[in-house]
Formats: sequence, structure tokens, C-alpha cells
Amino acid sequence: MIDLMTTYLVVVVALALCSIMALIRIILGPTAPDRVVGVDTVNTIVIVAMVAFGMAFKEVIYIDVAIVYAFLSFISTLFIAKYLEGGEF
Amino acid sequence: MIFDIIIYVFLGIGIFFNLLAGVGLLRFPDVYTRLHAGTKCTTFGSIFIVGSVILIGLKWWWENDANGSVLALHSIFALIAILLTNPVGAHAIARAAHRSGVKPAMAVVDHLDESSQLKPMKRKTKSKKKAEEKEDE
Repeated sequence: MIDLMTTYLVVVVALALCSIMALIRIILGPTAPDRVVGVDTVNTIVIVAMVAFGMAFKEVIYIDVAIVYAFLSFISTLFIAKYLEGGEF
Repeated sequence: MIFDIIIYVFLGIGIFFNLLAGVGLLRFPDVYTRLHAGTKCTTFGSIFIVGSVILIGLKWWWENDANGSVLALHSIFALIAILLTNPVGAHAIARAAHRSGVKPAMAVVDHLDESSQLKPMKRKTKSKKKAEEKEDE
């Protein structure tokens, strides 16, 4: 069997391919909400990739960074949505 | 042995659904369908990838490795963060897209539009509403 570190590094590379597809949508996207959807997808994939990376190198600090990144990206998504909606802050 | 097979199956399901999310983002015609692909598929895939990490941490904990318990608990917190924030963000994006006037592809009548329930043929934009309010004053 392949060891765990190689497996999770392969997982990280596959997740990078997914985020590249979302980046193409960010570049092409005709309207602003399309780009926000792409950014949201990239954020989720980066969180999962951080957890897989921490598993590959057996470092728990990467997973802590992933938790903080999840909440920060959530707040940024809410702010961009509020801005697109045209509401008052 | 069977534990390794379970881990590989979990990772395979996770990568498959994340790739589906990328393909759906590229191929769908519309903001709302892209949101459907890009949010639900990544949530489901990330449940399985983070779940495999949680299973490995629990196995190490079972083998009296203190590092495994920390790994499993922090991964559970990361999974809870993803599960809480991802649908709420998707809902906010969808509402913002609808209120900023993005129509679904090939749509004829938008039943979610608030002004269309009173007068189906006339749509009020925001500037027209503000002008009418000023006239009323």
C-alpha cells in the first residue's frame, strides 16, 4: 500500500485542479454573482486542501488555520453579497 | 487492511464530488445552477475528505497516540465550520443575485419577484420605486 503522506498529497493536487476550474469561472464569469460563486467554491476547496495538507505532514496547526480561514471567508462572502444587494451596512 | 480501503473509498468519493463541482461551475448556464453545483457538491465532498482525516485520527487515538485525538477533534471543528458557513453563504449569494436583477437563463416569468405577483406584466426596478415614493411624498 502507498503510505498516507503520498495519498494526501495526491488529494491536494486533485483539489488544486478543482480550484483551477473555479478560477477559470472567475475569469470568464459574465456577471458579478458568477465571480462570487467562483470565489466561494475556491474558498471551500482551499479549506479542505488545508486539512488534507495538515494530515499529510501530521501538523495540526494547518487545520487550525483552516478553521479560522473558514470563518473569515464566510464573513467576506456575506459582505460581498450585502454589497451586491445594494443594502446599507 | 479494511480500514485502508475505507479511507481510500472516502477520499475517492470526496475528490469525485469536488471535480463534479468544478465541471458544473464551468458547464452550467446560469448563476443559480452554478451555485447549486459549486456549493452542494463541495460541501458533500469536503464531508468525506475531512471525514477520512477524522477516521485516521480516531484510529491513532485507539492505538494510544495522543496526537491522533488532537487531529480528530480539530478536524471535527473544521468540518463543523464548513457545514455551518457554506449553506449560509450560498443563500446570501443567491438572494443578492436575485435582488440585483440577475435573471435565470431561459426564464420567461420570475415567480420569485415580489412585484410580479401583483402585476405580472410590469416589473418595477429600484429607481422607478424610489421615483414613485418621491412623488407620493
